[in-house]
Amino acid sequence: MLGISDPYVLSAYVLCILSTLLCVIYGALNWNKGSETETEEIEEELKWEKEEEKMEDEIGTVV
Amino acid sequence: MDIILLNVIVLVYLLIVGYLGYKGWKGTSSAEDYMVGGRKIHPFVMAMSYGATFISTAAIVGFGGFAGLFGMSLLWLTFLNIFLGIFIAFVFFGKRTRKMGHNLNALTFPELLAKRFESKFIQWFSGLLIFCAMPIYAAAVLIGAARFIETTLNISFDVALLVFSVIIAVYVVMGGLKGVMYTDAFQGTIMFFGMLFLLYMTYDILGGVTTAHQAITNMSGMVPANLASIGHAGWTSMPTFGSPMWWTIVSSIILGVGIGVLAQPQLVVRFMTVKSNRELNRAVLIGAVFILIATGTAYVVGTLSNVYFMNTEGVLSIGATVSEAFPTGNSDSIMPLYINKAMPEWFIYIFLVSLLAAAMSTISSQFHAQGTSIGRDVYETLCGKKGLNSVIITRFGIIVAIIIAVILGYILPGGIVARGTALFFGLCSAAFLPAYALGLFWKRTTKEGAIAGLLTGTFVSLFCLLFVHEKEAAALGISKMLIGRDVLISTMPWPFVDPMVISLPLAFIATVVVSLLTKAPSEDHLKKCFKGI
Repeated sequence: MLGISDPYVLSAYVLCILSTLLCVIYGALNWNKGSETETEEIEEELKWEKEEEKMEDEIGTVV
Repeated sequence: MDIILLNVIVLVYLLIVGYLGYKGWKGTSSAEDYMVGGRKIHPFVMAMSYGATFISTAAIVGFGGFAGLFGMSLLWLTFLNIFLGIFIAFVFFGKRTRKMGHNLNALTFPELLAKRFESKFIQWFSGLLIFCAMPIYAAAVLIGAARFIETTLNISFDVALLVFSVIIAVYVVMGGLKGVMYTDAFQGTIMFFGMLFLLYMTYDILGGVTTAHQAITNMSGMVPANLASIGHAGWTSMPTFGSPMWWTIVSSIILGVGIGVLAQPQLVVRFMTVKSNRELNRAVLIGAVFILIATGTAYVVGTLSNVYFMNTEGVLSIGATVSEAFPTGNSDSIMPLYINKAMPEWFIYIFLVSLLAAAMSTISSQFHAQGTSIGRDVYETLCGKKGLNSVIITRFGIIVAIIIAVILGYILPGGIVARGTALFFGLCSAAFLPAYALGLFWKRTTKEGAIAGLLTGTFVSLFCLLFVHEKEAAALGISKMLIGRDVLISTMPWPFVDPMVISLPLAFIATVVVSLLTKAPSEDHLKKCFKGI
Protein backbone atom coordinates (compact mmCIF):
# COMPACT_ATOMS: atom_id res chain seq x y z
CA MET A 1 0.00 0.00 0.00
CA LEU A 2 1.24 3.53 -0.87
CA GLY A 3 4.33 1.90 -2.37
CA ILE A 4 5.68 1.00 1.10
CA SER A 5 6.01 -2.74 1.60
CA ASP A 6 7.18 -2.92 5.23
CA PRO A 7 4.08 -2.84 7.50
CA TYR A 8 6.08 -1.16 10.32
CA VAL A 9 7.12 1.77 8.15
CA LEU A 10 3.65 1.96 6.58
CA SER A 11 2.16 2.05 10.11
CA ALA A 12 4.42 4.98 11.00
CA TYR A 13 3.29 6.85 7.85
CA VAL A 14 -0.38 6.26 8.63
CA LEU A 15 0.00 6.93 12.39
CA CYS A 16 1.56 10.34 11.64
CA ILE A 17 -1.61 11.33 9.80
CA LEU A 18 -3.97 9.75 12.37
CA SER A 19 -2.23 11.39 15.33
CA THR A 20 -2.46 14.76 13.58
CA LEU A 21 -6.18 14.16 13.04
CA LEU A 22 -6.54 13.34 16.73
CA CYS A 23 -4.91 16.66 17.64
CA VAL A 24 -7.00 18.60 15.11
CA ILE A 25 -10.23 17.09 16.44
CA TYR A 26 -9.18 17.67 20.06
CA GLY A 27 -8.18 21.26 19.32
CA ALA A 28 -11.40 21.97 17.42
CA LEU A 29 -13.65 20.45 20.10
CA ASN A 30 -11.90 22.36 22.91
CA TRP A 31 -11.25 25.58 20.96
CA ASN A 32 -13.08 27.80 23.44
CA LYS A 33 -12.65 25.76 26.61
CA GLY A 34 -10.23 26.35 29.45
CA SER A 35 -10.20 30.10 30.00
CA GLU A 36 -12.40 30.05 33.12
CA THR A 37 -9.64 30.96 35.59
CA GLU A 38 -7.92 33.54 33.39
CA THR A 39 -9.07 36.74 35.14
CA GLU A 40 -8.34 35.37 38.58
CA GLU A 41 -4.83 34.28 37.54
CA ILE A 42 -3.99 37.63 35.96
CA GLU A 43 -5.06 39.39 39.16
CA GLU A 44 -2.84 37.07 41.22
CA GLU A 45 0.08 37.74 38.94
CA LEU A 46 -0.40 41.49 39.20
CA LYS A 47 -0.26 41.09 42.97
CA TRP A 48 3.02 39.16 42.73
CA GLU A 49 4.41 41.72 40.36
CA LYS A 50 3.67 44.51 42.84
CA GLU A 51 5.16 42.52 45.71
CA GLU A 52 8.29 41.87 43.69
CA GLU A 53 8.66 45.53 42.76
CA LYS A 54 8.18 46.52 46.40
CA MET A 55 10.81 43.99 47.45
CA GLU A 56 13.25 45.29 44.85
CA ASP A 57 12.70 48.85 46.04
CA GLU A 58 13.48 47.78 49.57
CA ILE A 59 16.57 45.72 48.70
CA GLY A 60 17.78 48.04 45.95
CA THR A 61 19.29 46.84 42.69
CA VAL A 62 22.51 47.62 40.86
CA VAL A 63 21.86 48.59 37.25
CA MET B 1 22.48 32.82 -8.91
CA ASP B 2 20.07 35.77 -8.96
CA ILE B 3 21.76 38.09 -6.47
CA ILE B 4 19.09 40.82 -6.67
CA LEU B 5 16.21 38.43 -5.96
CA LEU B 6 18.14 36.83 -3.11
CA ASN B 7 19.02 40.19 -1.58
CA VAL B 8 15.43 41.41 -1.78
CA ILE B 9 14.07 38.26 -0.10
CA VAL B 10 16.71 38.27 2.65
CA LEU B 11 16.33 42.02 3.23
CA VAL B 12 12.53 41.82 3.53
CA TYR B 13 12.93 38.88 5.89
CA LEU B 14 15.49 40.62 8.09
CA LEU B 15 13.40 43.80 8.21
CA ILE B 16 10.37 41.86 9.45
CA VAL B 17 12.45 39.93 12.00
CA GLY B 18 14.09 43.20 13.10
CA TYR B 19 10.69 44.85 13.51
CA LEU B 20 9.33 41.92 15.55
CA GLY B 21 12.46 41.83 17.69
CA TYR B 22 12.06 45.59 18.28
CA LYS B 23 8.37 45.13 19.12
CA GLY B 24 9.35 42.49 21.70
CA TRP B 25 12.06 44.73 23.10
CA LYS B 26 9.67 47.69 23.42
CA GLY B 27 7.16 45.50 25.24
CA THR B 28 9.71 44.15 27.71
CA SER B 29 9.56 46.20 30.87
CA SER B 30 9.91 43.76 33.76
CA ALA B 31 11.95 40.66 34.49
CA GLU B 32 8.78 38.61 34.08
CA ASP B 33 8.23 40.07 30.59
CA TYR B 34 11.76 39.16 29.67
CA MET B 35 11.60 35.62 31.03
CA VAL B 36 8.12 34.34 30.09
CA GLY B 37 6.79 36.98 27.76
CA GLY B 38 4.54 38.43 30.42
CA ARG B 39 2.36 35.26 30.34
CA LYS B 40 -0.04 36.81 27.82
CA ILE B 41 1.00 35.25 24.55
CA HIS B 42 -1.52 34.54 21.75
CA PRO B 43 -2.15 30.80 21.07
CA PHE B 44 -1.05 31.09 17.44
CA VAL B 45 2.19 32.74 18.51
CA MET B 46 2.64 30.15 21.27
CA ALA B 47 2.00 27.13 19.01
CA MET B 48 4.10 28.41 16.14
CA SER B 49 6.84 29.40 18.53
CA TYR B 50 6.79 25.96 20.16
CA GLY B 51 6.79 24.30 16.74
CA ALA B 52 9.50 26.50 15.29
CA THR B 53 11.67 25.98 18.37
CA PHE B 54 11.04 22.25 18.32
CA ILE B 55 11.67 21.86 14.60
CA SER B 56 14.92 23.34 13.58
CA THR B 57 17.54 22.90 10.94
CA ALA B 58 18.49 19.91 13.08
CA ALA B 59 15.20 18.25 12.10
CA ILE B 60 15.29 19.43 8.51
CA VAL B 61 18.98 19.28 7.59
CA GLY B 62 20.30 16.75 10.12
CA PHE B 63 17.40 14.31 10.39
CA GLY B 64 16.39 14.84 6.74
CA GLY B 65 19.97 13.87 5.86
CA PHE B 66 19.74 10.84 8.15
CA ALA B 67 16.55 9.85 6.33
CA GLY B 68 18.52 10.12 3.07
CA LEU B 69 20.92 7.55 4.52
CA PHE B 70 18.61 5.33 6.55
CA GLY B 71 15.12 5.82 5.08
CA MET B 72 11.54 6.24 6.19
CA SER B 73 11.76 4.29 9.45
CA LEU B 74 12.45 7.74 10.90
CA LEU B 75 8.75 8.51 10.42
CA TRP B 76 8.25 6.83 13.80
CA LEU B 77 9.93 9.90 15.20
CA THR B 78 7.38 12.16 13.50
CA PHE B 79 4.61 10.05 15.03
CA LEU B 80 6.17 10.39 18.51
CA ASN B 81 6.77 14.11 17.92
CA ILE B 82 3.06 14.58 17.23
CA PHE B 83 1.59 12.14 19.73
CA LEU B 84 4.01 12.68 22.64
CA GLY B 85 5.52 16.04 21.73
CA ILE B 86 2.20 17.71 20.99
CA PHE B 87 -0.82 15.74 22.23
CA ILE B 88 0.54 14.32 25.49
CA ALA B 89 2.86 17.28 26.09
CA PHE B 90 0.17 19.94 25.69
CA VAL B 91 -2.94 18.17 26.97
CA PHE B 92 -1.44 16.38 29.97
CA PHE B 93 1.92 17.95 30.79
CA GLY B 94 1.27 21.45 29.47
CA LYS B 95 -1.88 22.20 31.43
CA ARG B 96 -0.42 21.01 34.72
CA THR B 97 2.87 22.78 34.04
CA ARG B 98 1.09 26.03 33.27
CA LYS B 99 -1.04 25.85 36.38
CA MET B 100 1.77 24.78 38.67
CA GLY B 101 4.09 27.39 37.14
CA HIS B 102 1.41 29.97 37.91
CA ASN B 103 0.75 28.66 41.45
CA LEU B 104 4.46 28.78 42.27
CA ASN B 105 5.22 31.90 40.22
CA ALA B 106 7.98 30.05 38.39
CA LEU B 107 9.61 31.62 35.34
CA THR B 108 12.01 28.95 34.15
CA PHE B 109 11.93 25.17 33.94
CA PRO B 110 14.58 24.65 36.67
CA GLU B 111 12.71 27.18 38.84
CA LEU B 112 9.50 25.18 38.44
CA LEU B 113 11.25 21.99 39.56
CA ALA B 114 12.99 23.81 42.38
CA LYS B 115 9.80 25.38 43.71
CA ARG B 116 7.83 22.16 43.39
CA PHE B 117 10.46 20.32 45.43
CA GLU B 118 11.58 23.25 47.61
CA SER B 119 15.20 22.74 46.68
CA LYS B 120 17.67 25.41 45.63
CA PHE B 121 20.11 22.65 44.66
CA ILE B 122 17.70 21.41 41.98
CA GLN B 123 17.49 24.90 40.51
CA TRP B 124 21.16 25.69 40.21
CA PHE B 125 22.19 22.16 39.28
CA SER B 126 19.55 22.02 36.51
CA GLY B 127 20.51 25.53 35.38
CA LEU B 128 24.15 24.57 35.22
CA LEU B 129 23.37 21.32 33.40
CA ILE B 130 21.34 23.19 30.77
CA PHE B 131 24.04 25.81 30.39
CA CYS B 132 26.76 23.20 29.95
CA ALA B 133 24.90 20.65 27.78
CA MET B 134 22.97 22.92 25.46
CA PRO B 135 25.93 24.29 23.48
CA ILE B 136 26.29 20.97 21.63
CA TYR B 137 22.66 21.15 20.49
CA ALA B 138 22.98 24.84 19.67
CA ALA B 139 26.16 24.11 17.71
CA ALA B 140 24.36 21.32 15.83
CA VAL B 141 21.66 23.77 14.76
CA LEU B 142 24.22 26.42 13.80
CA ILE B 143 26.12 23.89 11.68
CA GLY B 144 22.89 22.84 9.93
CA ALA B 145 22.12 26.42 8.94
CA ALA B 146 25.69 27.23 7.94
CA ARG B 147 25.83 24.12 5.70
CA PHE B 148 22.73 25.33 3.88
CA ILE B 149 24.14 28.84 3.43
CA GLU B 150 27.42 27.31 2.26
CA THR B 151 25.69 25.17 -0.39
CA THR B 152 23.23 27.81 -1.59
CA LEU B 153 25.39 30.92 -1.63
CA ASN B 154 28.60 29.10 -2.38
CA ILE B 155 30.49 30.84 0.39
CA SER B 156 32.83 29.35 2.96
CA PHE B 157 31.25 27.38 5.82
CA ASP B 158 33.34 29.33 8.35
CA VAL B 159 32.11 32.73 7.14
CA ALA B 160 28.50 31.50 6.99
CA LEU B 161 28.73 30.28 10.59
CA LEU B 162 30.15 33.53 11.91
CA VAL B 163 27.77 35.94 10.14
CA PHE B 164 24.75 33.85 11.06
CA SER B 165 25.74 33.73 14.73
CA VAL B 166 26.09 37.52 14.89
CA ILE B 167 22.57 38.03 13.46
CA ILE B 168 21.06 35.67 16.05
CA ALA B 169 23.01 37.27 18.89
CA VAL B 170 21.63 40.72 18.15
CA TYR B 171 17.96 39.86 18.28
CA VAL B 172 18.05 37.40 21.17
CA VAL B 173 19.95 39.76 23.44
CA MET B 174 17.62 42.63 22.56
CA GLY B 175 14.22 40.98 22.71
CA GLY B 176 14.05 38.38 25.47
CA LEU B 177 11.45 35.66 25.13
CA LYS B 178 8.70 37.94 23.89
CA GLY B 179 10.86 39.05 20.97
CA VAL B 180 11.92 35.46 20.44
CA MET B 181 8.31 34.25 20.36
CA TYR B 182 7.10 36.89 17.89
CA THR B 183 9.93 36.16 15.51
CA ASP B 184 9.49 32.42 16.10
CA ALA B 185 5.85 32.63 15.04
CA PHE B 186 6.77 34.48 11.86
CA GLN B 187 9.60 32.06 11.14
CA GLY B 188 7.34 29.09 11.89
CA THR B 189 4.83 30.35 9.33
CA ILE B 190 7.50 30.65 6.62
CA MET B 191 8.82 27.19 7.48
CA PHE B 192 5.36 25.66 7.28
CA PHE B 193 4.66 26.89 3.77
CA GLY B 194 8.24 26.23 2.67
CA MET B 195 8.06 22.60 3.77
CA LEU B 196 4.57 22.12 2.32
CA PHE B 197 5.77 23.30 -1.08
CA LEU B 198 8.90 21.13 -0.84
CA LEU B 199 6.77 18.05 -0.13
CA TYR B 200 4.36 18.82 -2.97
CA MET B 201 7.19 19.51 -5.44
CA THR B 202 9.09 16.35 -4.51
CA TYR B 203 6.06 14.08 -4.98
CA ASP B 204 5.27 15.96 -8.20
CA ILE B 205 8.81 15.56 -9.63
CA LEU B 206 8.83 11.84 -8.79
CA GLY B 207 5.40 11.06 -10.27
CA GLY B 208 3.07 11.11 -7.24
CA VAL B 209 2.93 9.62 -3.75
CA THR B 210 2.69 5.89 -4.54
CA THR B 211 4.99 6.03 -7.58
CA ALA B 212 7.67 7.89 -5.62
CA HIS B 213 7.45 5.48 -2.68
CA GLN B 214 7.49 2.48 -5.02
CA ALA B 215 10.61 3.83 -6.75
CA ILE B 216 12.53 4.06 -3.45
CA THR B 217 11.18 0.63 -2.36
CA ASN B 218 12.53 -0.83 -5.62
CA MET B 219 15.98 0.57 -4.81
CA SER B 220 16.45 -1.71 -1.79
CA GLY B 221 19.01 -3.75 -3.75
CA MET B 222 21.22 -0.65 -4.06
CA VAL B 223 21.91 -0.25 -0.34
CA PRO B 224 25.69 0.24 -0.02
CA ALA B 225 27.52 -2.76 1.45
CA ASN B 226 28.74 -0.84 4.51
CA LEU B 227 25.16 0.13 5.40
CA ALA B 228 23.74 -3.33 4.60
CA SER B 229 26.30 -4.89 6.95
CA ILE B 230 24.98 -2.83 9.90
CA GLY B 231 21.34 -3.75 9.22
CA HIS B 232 20.07 -1.45 6.41
CA ALA B 233 17.25 -3.40 4.70
CA GLY B 234 16.09 -0.72 2.24
CA TRP B 235 14.77 2.85 2.55
CA THR B 236 11.14 1.86 3.13
CA SER B 237 11.90 -0.95 5.58
CA MET B 238 12.80 -1.02 9.25
CA PRO B 239 16.46 -2.01 9.79
CA THR B 240 17.11 -5.66 10.68
CA PHE B 241 15.90 -6.20 14.26
CA GLY B 242 18.73 -6.00 16.82
CA SER B 243 21.34 -4.82 14.29
CA PRO B 244 23.61 -1.81 15.09
CA MET B 245 21.51 0.36 12.78
CA TRP B 246 18.27 -0.78 14.44
CA TRP B 247 19.64 0.23 17.84
CA THR B 248 20.85 3.59 16.54
CA ILE B 249 17.55 4.42 14.83
CA VAL B 250 15.22 3.05 17.49
CA SER B 251 17.10 3.93 20.69
CA SER B 252 18.95 7.14 19.79
CA ILE B 253 16.80 8.76 17.16
CA ILE B 254 13.23 7.56 17.71
CA LEU B 255 13.17 7.06 21.49
CA GLY B 256 15.93 9.53 22.43
CA VAL B 257 14.39 12.44 20.58
CA GLY B 258 10.76 11.25 20.66
CA ILE B 259 10.63 10.90 24.46
CA GLY B 260 13.25 13.55 25.13
CA VAL B 261 10.96 16.24 23.83
CA LEU B 262 8.77 16.01 26.93
CA ALA B 263 11.49 17.41 29.15
CA GLN B 264 13.13 20.04 26.95
CA PRO B 265 13.72 23.15 29.05
CA GLN B 266 13.36 25.51 26.08
CA LEU B 267 9.99 23.92 25.19
CA VAL B 268 8.56 23.41 28.68
CA VAL B 269 8.96 27.12 29.45
CA ARG B 270 6.49 27.81 26.63
CA PHE B 271 3.66 26.16 28.57
CA MET B 272 4.18 28.79 31.23
CA THR B 273 3.78 31.65 28.76
CA VAL B 274 0.06 31.30 28.00
CA LYS B 275 -2.72 32.83 30.04
CA SER B 276 -5.11 29.85 30.14
CA ASN B 277 -5.70 26.25 29.09
CA ARG B 278 -7.73 27.50 26.14
CA GLU B 279 -4.52 28.63 24.43
CA LEU B 280 -3.03 25.17 24.96
CA ASN B 281 -6.13 23.48 23.51
CA ARG B 282 -5.85 25.64 20.41
CA ALA B 283 -2.12 25.13 20.21
CA VAL B 284 -2.64 21.33 20.02
CA LEU B 285 -4.41 21.75 16.68
CA ILE B 286 -1.95 24.25 15.19
CA GLY B 287 1.15 22.50 16.57
CA ALA B 288 0.26 19.01 15.26
CA VAL B 289 -0.36 20.18 11.70
CA PHE B 290 2.89 22.13 11.84
CA ILE B 291 4.96 19.18 13.10
CA LEU B 292 3.40 16.77 10.59
CA ILE B 293 4.32 19.00 7.67
CA ALA B 294 7.72 20.12 8.97
CA THR B 295 9.23 16.82 10.16
CA GLY B 296 7.20 14.50 7.95
CA THR B 297 8.37 16.43 4.90
CA ALA B 298 12.02 16.34 6.01
CA TYR B 299 12.01 12.55 6.45
CA VAL B 300 9.99 11.75 3.34
CA VAL B 301 11.91 14.16 1.11
CA GLY B 302 15.26 13.11 2.61
CA THR B 303 14.47 9.49 1.74
CA LEU B 304 13.10 10.28 -1.73
CA SER B 305 16.16 12.40 -2.59
CA ASN B 306 17.85 9.06 -3.32
CA VAL B 307 15.42 8.46 -6.21
CA TYR B 308 16.05 11.97 -7.55
CA PHE B 309 19.86 11.67 -7.44
CA MET B 310 19.73 8.15 -8.90
CA ASN B 311 17.54 9.36 -11.80
CA THR B 312 19.56 12.48 -12.53
CA GLU B 313 23.15 11.66 -11.56
CA GLY B 314 23.20 7.87 -11.15
CA VAL B 315 24.29 8.06 -7.50
CA LEU B 316 22.64 7.80 -4.09
CA SER B 317 22.12 11.01 -2.08
CA ILE B 318 25.16 10.39 0.10
CA GLY B 319 27.22 9.79 -3.04
CA ALA B 320 26.14 13.16 -4.40
CA THR B 321 27.56 14.94 -1.32
CA VAL B 322 31.08 13.57 -1.73
CA SER B 323 33.60 16.43 -1.70
CA GLU B 324 37.23 17.09 -0.90
CA ALA B 325 36.40 17.82 2.74
CA PHE B 326 34.11 14.75 3.00
CA PRO B 327 35.47 11.94 0.77
CA THR B 328 32.77 9.50 1.96
CA GLY B 329 29.95 12.06 1.83
CA ASN B 330 28.29 14.14 4.55
CA SER B 331 24.68 13.42 5.52
CA ASP B 332 24.33 17.05 6.73
CA SER B 333 24.69 18.18 3.09
CA ILE B 334 21.99 15.91 1.56
CA MET B 335 18.99 18.20 2.13
CA PRO B 336 20.76 21.46 1.14
CA LEU B 337 22.11 19.80 -2.00
CA TYR B 338 18.78 18.22 -2.97
CA ILE B 339 16.91 21.51 -2.59
CA ASN B 340 19.55 23.37 -4.58
CA LYS B 341 19.43 20.84 -7.41
CA ALA B 342 15.76 19.91 -7.59
CA MET B 343 13.81 23.05 -6.70
CA PRO B 344 13.15 26.20 -8.74
CA GLU B 345 15.58 29.04 -8.05
CA TRP B 346 13.06 31.39 -6.42
CA PHE B 347 12.09 28.62 -4.04
CA ILE B 348 15.71 27.97 -3.06
CA TYR B 349 15.95 31.52 -1.76
CA ILE B 350 12.62 31.36 0.04
CA PHE B 351 13.65 28.03 1.50
CA LEU B 352 17.02 29.42 2.48
CA VAL B 353 15.14 32.04 4.44
CA SER B 354 12.80 29.46 5.97
CA LEU B 355 15.73 27.25 6.98
CA LEU B 356 17.53 30.18 8.46
CA ALA B 357 14.27 30.97 10.21
CA ALA B 358 14.10 27.44 11.56
CA ALA B 359 17.64 27.67 12.84
CA MET B 360 17.19 31.15 14.24
CA SER B 361 14.00 30.29 16.08
CA THR B 362 15.44 27.19 17.69
CA ILE B 363 18.81 28.59 18.48
CA SER B 364 17.43 31.84 19.87
CA SER B 365 15.28 29.84 22.29
CA GLN B 366 18.26 27.69 23.20
CA PHE B 367 20.38 30.73 23.94
CA HIS B 368 17.50 32.25 25.83
CA ALA B 369 17.11 29.07 27.91
CA GLN B 370 20.85 29.04 28.56
CA GLY B 371 20.89 32.72 29.52
CA THR B 372 18.00 32.37 31.96
CA SER B 373 19.63 29.24 33.40
CA ILE B 374 22.70 31.18 34.33
CA GLY B 375 20.93 34.44 35.30
CA ARG B 376 17.88 33.20 37.10
CA ASP B 377 18.71 29.66 38.13
CA VAL B 378 22.38 29.80 38.98
CA TYR B 379 23.08 33.47 39.81
CA GLU B 380 19.87 34.27 41.67
CA THR B 381 19.82 30.97 43.53
CA LEU B 382 23.42 31.02 44.63
CA CYS B 383 23.73 34.78 45.29
CA GLY B 384 20.19 35.31 46.56
CA LYS B 385 19.82 38.53 44.51
CA LYS B 386 16.91 39.37 42.25
CA GLY B 387 15.82 42.01 39.77
CA LEU B 388 17.52 43.82 36.95
CA ASN B 389 20.89 42.39 37.87
CA SER B 390 19.73 38.92 36.86
CA VAL B 391 18.51 40.28 33.51
CA ILE B 392 22.02 41.65 32.92
CA ILE B 393 23.59 38.31 33.93
CA THR B 394 21.05 36.55 31.66
CA ARG B 395 22.12 38.67 28.68
CA PHE B 396 25.75 38.08 29.50
CA GLY B 397 25.03 34.32 29.75
CA ILE B 398 23.44 34.42 26.29
CA ILE B 399 26.55 36.02 24.80
CA VAL B 400 28.82 33.43 26.45
CA ALA B 401 26.49 30.66 25.20
CA ILE B 402 26.69 32.00 21.64
CA ILE B 403 30.48 32.16 21.75
CA ILE B 404 30.73 28.55 23.01
CA ALA B 405 28.29 27.32 20.33
CA VAL B 406 30.20 29.09 17.55
CA ILE B 407 33.51 27.60 18.71
CA LEU B 408 31.90 24.13 18.82
CA GLY B 409 30.43 24.80 15.36
CA TYR B 410 33.95 25.16 13.99
CA ILE B 411 35.40 22.06 15.61
CA LEU B 412 32.62 19.44 15.46
CA PRO B 413 32.86 16.84 12.65
CA GLY B 414 30.51 16.25 9.67
CA GLY B 415 27.24 14.35 10.14
CA ILE B 416 26.95 15.72 13.68
CA VAL B 417 23.66 17.64 13.38
CA ALA B 418 21.22 14.79 14.07
CA ARG B 419 23.55 13.06 16.53
CA GLY B 420 24.25 16.22 18.56
CA THR B 421 20.52 16.85 18.81
CA ALA B 422 19.78 13.28 19.89
CA LEU B 423 22.54 13.46 22.49
CA PHE B 424 21.12 16.62 24.06
CA PHE B 425 17.52 15.36 23.99
CA GLY B 426 18.59 12.06 25.60
CA LEU B 427 20.54 13.77 28.37
CA CYS B 428 17.66 16.17 29.12
CA SER B 429 15.06 13.45 29.31
CA ALA B 430 17.18 11.24 31.59
CA ALA B 431 18.02 14.11 33.92
CA PHE B 432 14.72 16.00 34.04
CA LEU B 433 11.85 13.77 32.95
CA PRO B 434 11.48 11.70 36.17
CA ALA B 435 11.42 14.74 38.48
CA TYR B 436 9.26 16.73 36.04
CA ALA B 437 6.71 14.02 35.21
CA LEU B 438 6.43 12.61 38.72
CA GLY B 439 6.44 16.10 40.19
CA LEU B 440 3.40 16.94 38.08
CA PHE B 441 1.50 13.68 38.48
CA TRP B 442 2.58 12.04 41.76
CA LYS B 443 2.17 14.08 44.94
CA ARG B 444 4.26 11.62 46.95
CA THR B 445 7.45 12.57 45.02
CA THR B 446 9.86 14.13 47.50
CA LYS B 447 12.73 16.58 47.22
CA GLU B 448 15.23 13.79 47.93
CA GLY B 449 13.59 11.57 45.30
CA ALA B 450 13.75 14.32 42.70
CA ILE B 451 17.41 15.00 43.47
CA ALA B 452 18.20 11.26 43.29
CA GLY B 453 16.53 11.05 39.86
CA LEU B 454 18.25 14.18 38.59
CA LEU B 455 21.68 12.98 39.65
CA THR B 456 21.12 9.38 38.50
CA GLY B 457 19.88 10.51 35.08
CA THR B 458 22.73 12.95 34.61
CA PHE B 459 25.61 10.82 35.80
CA VAL B 460 24.46 7.49 34.30
CA SER B 461 24.04 9.31 30.96
CA LEU B 462 27.50 10.84 31.22
CA PHE B 463 29.00 7.48 32.23
CA CYS B 464 27.36 5.78 29.23
CA LEU B 465 28.54 8.53 26.89
CA LEU B 466 32.11 8.18 28.14
CA PHE B 467 32.33 4.39 28.55
CA VAL B 468 29.45 2.50 26.88
CA HIS B 469 28.00 4.17 23.76
CA GLU B 470 30.63 3.57 21.12
CA LYS B 471 30.02 6.62 18.95
CA GLU B 472 30.77 9.15 21.69
CA ALA B 473 33.08 7.00 23.85
CA ALA B 474 35.44 6.31 20.95
CA ALA B 475 35.44 9.95 19.83
CA LEU B 476 36.05 11.32 23.33
CA GLY B 477 38.80 8.76 24.04
CA ILE B 478 38.52 8.89 27.85
CA SER B 479 37.64 5.19 28.07
CA LYS B 480 40.61 4.31 25.85
CA MET B 481 42.90 6.36 28.06
CA LEU B 482 41.68 4.82 31.32
CA ILE B 483 40.94 1.20 30.48
CA GLY B 484 42.69 0.76 27.13
CA ARG B 485 39.47 0.01 25.19
CA ASP B 486 37.04 2.24 23.28
CA VAL B 487 34.10 0.89 25.30
CA LEU B 488 33.69 -0.92 28.59
CA ILE B 489 31.39 -3.64 27.18
CA SER B 490 31.85 -4.60 23.55
CA THR B 491 29.18 -7.36 23.43
CA MET B 492 26.21 -6.51 21.17
CA PRO B 493 24.02 -4.53 21.55
CA TRP B 494 25.61 -2.41 24.32
CA PRO B 495 27.93 -0.25 22.19
CA PHE B 496 24.90 0.85 20.16
CA VAL B 497 22.28 1.24 22.91
CA ASP B 498 21.56 4.91 23.47
CA PRO B 499 22.53 6.14 26.98
CA MET B 500 18.94 7.30 27.53
CA VAL B 501 17.57 3.76 27.28
CA ILE B 502 19.67 2.86 30.32
CA SER B 503 19.70 6.13 32.27
CA LEU B 504 16.02 7.11 32.02
CA PRO B 505 14.55 3.94 33.61
CA LEU B 506 17.26 4.03 36.31
CA ALA B 507 16.48 7.68 37.04
CA PHE B 508 12.75 6.89 37.32
CA ILE B 509 13.47 3.99 39.68
CA ALA B 510 15.78 6.16 41.79
CA THR B 511 13.14 8.91 42.04
CA VAL B 512 10.36 6.51 43.06
CA VAL B 513 12.42 4.44 45.52
CA VAL B 514 14.02 7.41 47.27
CA SER B 515 10.67 9.22 47.40
CA LEU B 516 9.06 6.25 49.10
CA LEU B 517 11.92 6.03 51.60
CA THR B 518 11.80 9.70 52.56
CA LYS B 519 9.27 11.93 54.29
CA ALA B 520 6.37 13.05 52.14
CA PRO B 521 6.12 16.78 51.31
CA SER B 522 3.91 18.86 53.63
CA GLU B 523 0.19 19.03 52.90
CA ASP B 524 0.33 22.82 52.79
CA HIS B 525 3.01 22.87 50.14
CA LEU B 526 1.23 20.28 48.01
CA LYS B 527 -1.99 22.26 48.30
CA LYS B 528 -0.18 25.33 47.00
CA CYS B 529 1.48 23.43 44.12
CA PHE B 530 -1.63 21.57 43.01
CA LYS B 531 -4.19 24.35 43.52
CA GLY B 532 -6.67 24.11 40.68
CA ILE B 533 -5.02 21.00 39.17
